[in-house]
Amino acid sequence: MSNNNKNYTLMDAKKAEEIVRSNVKKRKRKDIVLKSIGQFAIFVALSFLVFLFASIFAKGIPGFFQHYVTLEVNLDQKRLDPKGDLSADSLYSGDARKLVLEALYKEINPKGRKQKKAAKKILSSNAEIRVAQMVLENPSLLGKTIPITFALDDDIDSFLRGYIKRDTPERDRRINDTVIKFVNVLVEKNLVDYKFSDYILSGSASRSPEIAGVKGALIGSILTLFVCFILSFPIGVATAIYLEGFAPKNRITEIIEININNLAAVPSVVFGILGLAIFIGVFGMPRSIPLVGGMVLGIMTLPTIIISSRAAISAVPPSILDAAYGVGASKLQTMFHHVIPLAIPGMLTGTIIGMARALGETAPLLMIGMVAFIVDIPNSIQEPATVLPVQIFMWADFAERMFVNKTSSATIILLVFLILMNGIAIFLRNKLERRW
Amino acid sequence: MVIMNYSNNMKLETKTIGNIFADNPKITSRNVNVFYHDKQAINNVSLDVGSKEIISLIGPSGCGKSTFLRCFNRMNDTIDGCKVEGNIVLDDQDIYHPSVDVVPLRAKIGMVFQKPNPFPKSIYDNVAYGPKIHGLASTKDELDSIVELSLKNAGLWNEVKDRLQSPGTGLSGGQQQRLCIARAIAVSPEIILMDEPCSALDPIATAKIEELIHQLGKNYSIVIVTHSMQQAARVSQRTAYFHLGELIEVGLTKQIFTTPQDKQTEAYISGRIG
Repeated sequence: MSNNNKNYTLMDAKKAEEIVRSNVKKRKRKDIVLKSIGQFAIFVALSFLVFLFASIFAKGIPGFFQHYVTLEVNLDQKRLDPKGDLSADSLYSGDARKLVLEALYKEINPKGRKQKKAAKKILSSNAEIRVAQMVLENPSLLGKTIPITFALDDDIDSFLRGYIKRDTPERDRRINDTVIKFVNVLVEKNLVDYKFSDYILSGSASRSPEIAGVKGALIGSILTLFVCFILSFPIGVATAIYLEGFAPKNRITEIIEININNLAAVPSVVFGILGLAIFIGVFGMPRSIPLVGGMVLGIMTLPTIIISSRAAISAVPPSILDAAYGVGASKLQTMFHHVIPLAIPGMLTGTIIGMARALGETAPLLMIGMVAFIVDIPNSIQEPATVLPVQIFMWADFAERMFVNKTSSATIILLVFLILMNGIAIFLRNKLERRW
Repeated sequence: MVIMNYSNNMKLETKTIGNIFADNPKITSRNVNVFYHDKQAINNVSLDVGSKEIISLIGPSGCGKSTFLRCFNRMNDTIDGCKVEGNIVLDDQDIYHPSVDVVPLRAKIGMVFQKPNPFPKSIYDNVAYGPKIHGLASTKDELDSIVELSLKNAGLWNEVKDRLQSPGTGLSGGQQQRLCIARAIAVSPEIILMDEPCSALDPIATAKIEELIHQLGKNYSIVIVTHSMQQAARVSQRTAYFHLGELIEVGLTKQIFTTPQDKQTEAYISGRIG
């Protein structure tokens, strides 16, 4: 102690208490300010979230429903099946369209060519395919007259929902007065239903919103994520185990570490360019297939999995390592018997984050051609496909009014898929987590 | 500098006061130096550990006694930048010889740590783990009897026999430490290293462990690092005093605590330093 302290005496206790008391108020006020800033921040974040969900659901839920008309169709055998062999070829070349239109004309009685032309606009272009498919699945229907439900054309759907207004001048409307008159006839006859869409979940990409669905994109997403997981999880975890448990600490491992950390911050479109150059350019793999998409997303996901797996491994208490080494476990035994079981929940968390990011990724897939308009539903990872976010992106780009709703519906499906995937992973994680 | 007579007539240079030799040595260490990167943690230490002898290593914090202990089963290998020089011989085998595998070595030299560190597994699996990985039991019955005997020898059997499948981490601190001792003796080691085994325990648990150490001393060589001089006095036959990485004095426990030769030793045991 220095000698200067000699002259100082400690403060009188009463006086000290007074000073402390006067400070308390100020300190408390600061606490309250900090607390309210935090609460405000949470409030803002929550309101954005609520706004987002409200707008998606407000548009998306109606997108799951659409208007249908039920018509009595005479399934005339000769006209439907000209070759008479009930083959798909024969049925699709048959005269289903005429039969459907005749059923429609019976209800609305169009007079003359102009009115008939207007009546043709009422039904979805898919109507004839629906009839052919029904007969193909169930040939015993041939020759009968049965009620069949057909999707209405998207413009009619928009009109019935009120998106197209009657009082808009006719030339500014997508449907003319004649069509509206016919639609009203159908509504008055109680033939029009508003019900859950047959197409949104089971349909594939289409330019007609009333028959467009997400099935192709959903299966494309599942296949792509499957490839992504198969590639990135084992490689990521193995890399993390090697780097944490076995790699010597030297310049080379340091450079590897820095590079992995940098890769995690690389914009995803760059991985798309890499996929385009390497997988498609060098290896000559086809475009638009989930195999290439999954590989690109797998490479993109790798750093996330590696970094979180390493963190999980290094979070295992060193006393456990000591214990294992102490009884003579080898490095491999220590890793696989003690470290990995304790680190697996953390590894899975990283994988969930990585896969969730991969599921929502569009940019790298655009680069490798998964943005193509693919009507066929993919059956394997080697068939052209698209994925949910790309489907959303494409639908958002289409001009038809009903695609606005479809876009939100597809977003809801994407979110549900995401929640489902995360739910499974969290369930697995909790199951594997040791609670003692 | 005292020049001592080595058993095979070699000369051994050491500053240590007292007799570093044991009559029937299990481990002989000669001129051991340990470095952490550039920092020297152990400076030219030579010490024998006798067969079925309990020797305690005492000294102030940071004096290197734990580091020295961890040389015996090469636990220092797991620390980055740690380098061990010198000669440590276990039963005529240089344990730092490049041909030596640490796995059998650590099976032969068990270790108990400062903080009880049971695996996050059941009590049974904790004890059975060592025998399992070393292949000591060929049948389930054999493994069962190894687990039972180990727990009995660790004085824990009566307390846990009805809940062998419950988690080892659910036991009390003292029980956990005895579980760790059971785990160590389950692989039938010859030597047990204990690194401050009671420092995290209350006096009653400590008394139990000390009693256990006393019992185990009949069958194993035990090297125990401790901060408690009373503990060293109670459990060990010989005591070695470390200071700043050097072995200052070694001798029979009774003699060290009653008539220490070195001034530093005297200062430490009388409570003036450390």
